[in-house]
Amino acid sequence: MSQSDAAFSHKSFFGQLKKYYFFYTLGFLGFVIALAVAEQMGMSRKWIGYWFLFATIGLYAAIGIMSRTVDAAEYYVAGRRVPAFFNGMATGADWMSAASFIGMAGTLYLSGFDGLAFVMGWTGGYCLVAFLLAPYLRKFGQFTIPDFLGERYGGNIVRSIGIFAAILVSFTYVVAQIYGVGLITSRFTGLEFGVGVFVGLGGILVCSFLGGMRAVTWTQVAQYLILIIAYLTPVIWLSLKHTGNPIPQIAYGQVLQKVTEREKVLTVDPKEIEVRGILKGRADAANAALKDPAAAYAKGRADVEKKFADVKASNAPAEQIAAAEKAVAAYPKDEAAAKAQWNKDKGLAARAAPPRPHATPFHGAGKTEEEKQKASDIARRNFLGIVFCMMIGTAALPHILMRYYTTPSVRQARQSVFWSLFFIFLLYFTAPALAVLAKYDIYHFLVGSSFASLPAWAATWAAVDPTLLSITDFNKDGIVQLAEIVIGGDIIVLATPEIAGLPYVVSGLVAAGGLAAALSTADGLLLTIANALSHDLYYKMIDPHASTTKRVTVSKILLVVVALAAAYVTSLKPGDILFLVGAAFSLAASAFFPALVLGVFWKRANKWGAISGMIAGLAVCMYYMFTTYPFFGGVPANQWFNMTPITAGVFGVPIGMATLIVVSLLTPAPSRQVQELVEHVRYPNLTGDITTQAT
Amino acid sequence: MQLTQKHEEYWRKNLIVTGILLTIWFVVTFVGGWYSKELNSISILGFPLGFYNAAQGSLIIYVALIWFYQHYMNKLDIEYGVNEGEDE
Repeated sequence: MSQSDAAFSHKSFFGQLKKYYFFYTLGFLGFVIALAVAEQMGMSRKWIGYWFLFATIGLYAAIGIMSRTVDAAEYYVAGRRVPAFFNGMATGADWMSAASFIGMAGTLYLSGFDGLAFVMGWTGGYCLVAFLLAPYLRKFGQFTIPDFLGERYGGNIVRSIGIFAAILVSFTYVVAQIYGVGLITSRFTGLEFGVGVFVGLGGILVCSFLGGMRAVTWTQVAQYLILIIAYLTPVIWLSLKHTGNPIPQIAYGQVLQKVTEREKVLTVDPKEIEVRGILKGRADAANAALKDPAAAYAKGRADVEKKFADVKASNAPAEQIAAAEKAVAAYPKDEAAAKAQWNKDKGLAARAAPPRPHATPFHGAGKTEEEKQKASDIARRNFLGIVFCMMIGTAALPHILMRYYTTPSVRQARQSVFWSLFFIFLLYFTAPALAVLAKYDIYHFLVGSSFASLPAWAATWAAVDPTLLSITDFNKDGIVQLAEIVIGGDIIVLATPEIAGLPYVVSGLVAAGGLAAALSTADGLLLTIANALSHDLYYKMIDPHASTTKRVTVSKILLVVVALAAAYVTSLKPGDILFLVGAAFSLAASAFFPALVLGVFWKRANKWGAISGMIAGLAVCMYYMFTTYPFFGGVPANQWFNMTPITAGVFGVPIGMATLIVVSLLTPAPSRQVQELVEHVRYPNLTGDITTQAT
Repeated sequence: MQLTQKHEEYWRKNLIVTGILLTIWFVVTFVGGWYSKELNSISILGFPLGFYNAAQGSLIIYVALIWFYQHYMNKLDIEYGVNEGEDE
């Protein structure tokens, strides 16, 4: 194809895409409106949930089928024809996972300012992608990240470490996504968690299995549009309701002031103090009892029995006797049961603190000023540590970097990072506003309402899922106090439509958006793992003469195997999603970042430097997690400088980078050929240039 | 492949602009983040500044930095004759 032909075809392709996705968006809005009408006419909530679930998954599958391919360049990098604008949208969907869509606003609600570390980290990292990696990787123009490492540093050792790290990182991350898929499907359709996982998995597989990167790209664009509509609609409505201003990002400054005022009131409110006192008392009693459980158990038993005998003997009113009898019956059957109860009560201490001031950075709790200062310093260190790890991790996640191989040119790769961040920004910019608006609603309308007439949304959610919302009347005054509410972060996004007083169809839309976020990320991750195995391991290292069809077939088979393995691990529920996600970022940052960036910016970096740097970074990071995270048997006492396990990259990245530099300087400089490769990636176009582009 | 002086100059300019943008990025993120408490005593658009920077200000700056980089570099490519054929 001559250059002018190529120019013409790219332009018309872009025009066509714009048309398709415009009509697609209209069609989707029409679908939502039709369901809204159906709801008014009496369609049940369950059916609205099913419609959203099956219509959207069906849609993604249809795009997957239309984009099926066996051509290697199409399968691995979507034929390198994805315009910057659409690659930006696809990256946005690839990037924003269930954790961003559902978890982010909840984290901000619960941890206030300190949660903003994730907002900053997950956007600012794109600066590093833009300035240090995307254009150079695009010029290099192969299929995977281990491809670049293998070519730049030479030899299969570097490539193998790259494969190992890519799989480790992506697998950790994909488990969190599949977990999210199961959660959303089961919650909105009433299907079982396990069934939900496999329905979602079906949606993921049809797409990536048939068409690889090509199908995943065009599906992700579709998914981005759904997820952003779903996220913004209820927040705009909520903002309009509370402030009369439809732009939540501007309006919530006023709301934040009101929340801060309200926090001050609630901190000194006598009823609140009473409830906090009750909670504290229970926690203290539990702590005391746990010191000598056997004696405490016997004494407690004797106490309730004595009380019962006393009221009976004193001819007290019937209800008092009944209550005392109930207390005897409710007393734990044995010491083990009592111990379990005390251990649970111990946790109440955490709820006995006054509300955390939302806008105050690094809030430190403690008895003395000195303790507070110390806690605050640790919080500040961890805040910046999380920002650092999330940013560097962003610039090292293979499934994101891979997307910049798919644009038609270096020029468009640069533009594409801009569009990526822009589309991601739309959501991350809104999440802090949502957290504050929801807090306003809860602090003003839920707190102070009577237990007999809770706001409708609170009554519904407390009944459906006590892990998301539970309210207990500790001081028996019939009024809700803030300290009596326990909130699971996920409810903030899930319940916003109801808090804002929108019809159920919007709740269905939000579920569809969360599903789109989880599915699109899982798609990208599974593809990364399958490609690392089929392209890097099988084709580049085991059978370099394999035909294109064979390579793509191997990749497809592996995709199914990896997906099933991930679903199996997910069904074991390996715990905390936030930890899994954070761990993936720290691991990626430590393993890849130094080798990738120095590979472009420092010609002297060589094979041995890269090998030892990557191993050192990864090893330090994994060692730190193993010794400090309880799931692996670690204890917080092993922490260095009180840094939490997810900030392991703070140690891994600098050590990896220093090792790479020192070892490179101690060993011979790379060959002339490698230096030419570096020059090649630095210039978008050179006369007499070498070619590295894979087809 | 022999790099000309012009090529060296292109790369140097690239390094300079990258360095400047990364410095702004660093200051906004880490210096701004470190002094969030102190910044909170200033109020902007009804927000305490430290909070505003972390929730919104820094995000807007990141988007602007990347926009500037792509704009500058794509022009620099043409100026130094290392641009690719028309692709749009």
